[in-house]
Amino acid sequence: MNEQNRPDAGEEQSVAATPPAEAGSETGGPTVREQERPGVLQQILGGSALMSVLAVVLALFIGGLLIAFADEDTREAATYFFARPFDTISAGLSAMAEAYVAMFRGSVFDWQAATFAGMVNPLTESMVFAVPLILAGLGIAVGFRAGLFNIGAQGQIIVGAIGAAWLGFAFDLPPVIHLLAAILGGAIGGAVWGGIPGVLKARFGANEVIVTIMLNYIAVYLISYILKQPGFNPGRTGQRSPAVSPDATYPLLVPQWLWPDNGFRLHWGFVVAILATVFVWWLMERSTVGFQIRAVGANPAAARTAGMSVGRITIITMVVAGALAGLAATGQVLGTERSLTAGVAASFGFDAITVALLGRSRPWGTFFAGILFGALKAGGFLMQSLTSTPIDIVLVVQSLIVLFIAAPPLVRSVFRLPDPDRRRRRKADTRTTQEATA
Amino acid sequence: MSTATQPQQATPSEGAGPQRARPKVSLKATVVYALAALVTLFAWVLDTPADTRTTFQFGTSGDVVSIPNIPVPALGFLVVLLVVMLAATGFSFWRWRERRPLPAWTHVVVGVAFVLAFLTFVGAGRSTVIPMVSLLAGALALSVPLVFGAMSGVICERSGIINIAIEGQLLFGAFMGAVVASAAGSAYLGLVAAPLAGALVGAGLAWFSVSFRVNQIIVGVVLNTLIIGLTGFLFSTVLSDNKALWNSRMPLPRIRIPLLADIPVIGPVLFNQTILVYLMYALIFGLQFMLFRSRWGLRTRAVGEHPKAADTVGIKVNVRRVWNTILGGAIAGLGGAFFTVGSGLAFGREMSAGQGYIALAAMILGKWNPWGAVMAALLFGFSKNLGNVLSSIGSGVPSELLLMLPYVITILAVAGFVGRVRPPAAEGVPYSKS
Repeated sequence: MNEQNRPDAGEEQSVAATPPAEAGSETGGPTVREQERPGVLQQILGGSALMSVLAVVLALFIGGLLIAFADEDTREAATYFFARPFDTISAGLSAMAEAYVAMFRGSVFDWQAATFAGMVNPLTESMVFAVPLILAGLGIAVGFRAGLFNIGAQGQIIVGAIGAAWLGFAFDLPPVIHLLAAILGGAIGGAVWGGIPGVLKARFGANEVIVTIMLNYIAVYLISYILKQPGFNPGRTGQRSPAVSPDATYPLLVPQWLWPDNGFRLHWGFVVAILATVFVWWLMERSTVGFQIRAVGANPAAARTAGMSVGRITIITMVVAGALAGLAATGQVLGTERSLTAGVAASFGFDAITVALLGRSRPWGTFFAGILFGALKAGGFLMQSLTSTPIDIVLVVQSLIVLFIAAPPLVRSVFRLPDPDRRRRRKADTRTTQEATA
Repeated sequence: MSTATQPQQATPSEGAGPQRARPKVSLKATVVYALAALVTLFAWVLDTPADTRTTFQFGTSGDVVSIPNIPVPALGFLVVLLVVMLAATGFSFWRWRERRPLPAWTHVVVGVAFVLAFLTFVGAGRSTVIPMVSLLAGALALSVPLVFGAMSGVICERSGIINIAIEGQLLFGAFMGAVVASAAGSAYLGLVAAPLAGALVGAGLAWFSVSFRVNQIIVGVVLNTLIIGLTGFLFSTVLSDNKALWNSRMPLPRIRIPLLADIPVIGPVLFNQTILVYLMYALIFGLQFMLFRSRWGLRTRAVGEHPKAADTVGIKVNVRRVWNTILGGAIAGLGGAFFTVGSGLAFGREMSAGQGYIALAAMILGKWNPWGAVMAALLFGFSKNLGNVLSSIGSGVPSELLLMLPYVITILAVAGFVGRVRPPAAEGVPYSKS
């Protein structure tokens, strides 16, 4: 990789100085200078969009190999692989196809359902799973843009869930206000939990990775402690709080009177996710604070020299990130679960990291990455019940996607694609030598 | 990514700027001791009735000389401990006045007194005994994977690679250890397979972070997810299809070291263990020596602190980092074997349960030193086990709050309340000659 970072002609240096394969940083792909813009084909082949698609394809393929390997028929056929190799391959392929067809039916469109509503239901399920992923992913993305590794979405979701649920069941407020109050409670809970590492980093220089990881565990014990308190668990009937008041839950997005018997679980949390995406886009791209966040993320020393308070920006970033993760909790507490449970955060906090990475820390990128991973989750459940392929494969596919996205040279070498950086550099080299000789 | 650590160095947030000139003796220890004494006085001494007793159990069933249970009058013992703590407070204050640093043993004395006071309070007036041996043995058992993980972290981070993937290395080591031991019918073969599995994860971390220069924290987190998914997937397909072949329990035999194991209390705790624990002892002393007294250690530290300087004198920075990461992975993998063959359990889904992250915290709390990391790991193991024991005794103290303690201590530590914590300078920064 050394030649990629070799300082070339002077004007190229700024490009070469940024590590080419750094996900979650300011530059999504290689910056293309105006005068050196390569041809359209080059741009598509080297572009980050194609890389993302190829990464997904590659990850799904490797996941498929795992599914085939774990399939009993395949393994049986593999015992006489050298006698009849085709048996093994066809058994493996059919296992792979079965699993992925089931996943598609569980996440996008189920053509075997009786009604049309039943056919499109999987798509709405994907969106339901996407709500917390998008919101928490946005929180992590905002942190990445400021150069902060917020591993603590899990804990922020948990504390946000405590706040939202408590306001949801313990109070009696008028309908709309109650919902808004509960949403706000979730956001504040998350913001507090996200603000702690922010303050500790700004004031004492405490590494946010460690502090957020520790806060995750503290939150896990906190919720298990809180669920044992009489206020949260009146009848001492297991690990579940009283149900959130109906006034404080998200209404269904497609009401029954509009489309009778639809059975969709999709709720207004999805609208909140869209609004949050728009807000984050505005915050990062159009507001002064967002500019400062990006400046601190790109180069804290330069930002400080320019008169920005790096500590203040760190705190603001972490509070916003925490609030977004807290909103993610409302999708669970006020949308699907409708009460507080110990497992309310599931693994959304960790999945959200991969969502933000896949979305390259961009608001809309995170949004679509959240939908993709929501679809993988929703499809994974049907796949598990139909083909007995465990849903863990979704985790494998997710993490492979992120690894491949983070290392474009790897994907390029697998698919034998040209390296856009190298081509441009050769051009620049020849030009500088021409200039030198002229 | 350098930005994660840069502001930390750029804004030295020590409030002790003007105090720099005189010898650095802080009043923190005195304050902490005083707090411990106050907690003991107000929370425990005043709440303990005068005529109750706490029974400590020091013996185990297999002792040569059986030790009877020792009942102590709770209030009297608490007062004694309180006096010890107050004396330590006064002593540390005097040392501070004299501007002389505090010897390390006072920390130990106050720590032990505080824990004993707590146990006395909990056990006061109860018929159940406080089982000291099983308390310590359980603490050691919970610490073993933490120690291995923290050693792995020290080796990687001293050479400049952040190893968040300890969790994945532990889990994969546990998985492969169990599978190979079960399939081959020998627990010792599992001990061979586990480090190989961990090394594989370490190699993945090195490959992505050195060759592709991907952010090391990202690779670590993603590798953890990958291993959780992979082991979970194989666990519920291959392993559960044929449990007898792939995932039967294969405990390592305990090896009793003749004379040492007969020492009361600590003998059975330390010297009646599996070979894995003895390997851990060797690893701790070996690493402490190698890191600071050998050519390998000097080069490792040079690569982690100032790669460019190391490169100038001919050390191959990236080669060193790759090998150290692989070695670290192998050590964490070996530690992972403790979850399965080391404790005689079959593999279970996500059985490392976040211990890798705690090992990371132990390493940081130990200031990137093998010995300090061991102490921190023991502290975490002990407080976790204390929480477990207390909830089984059924004390009034909520075990959750106790279980939170290690994490709170770690946060306080990285925030600088427990002394300055400084990571290797070039940690997390990819190196390339240019």
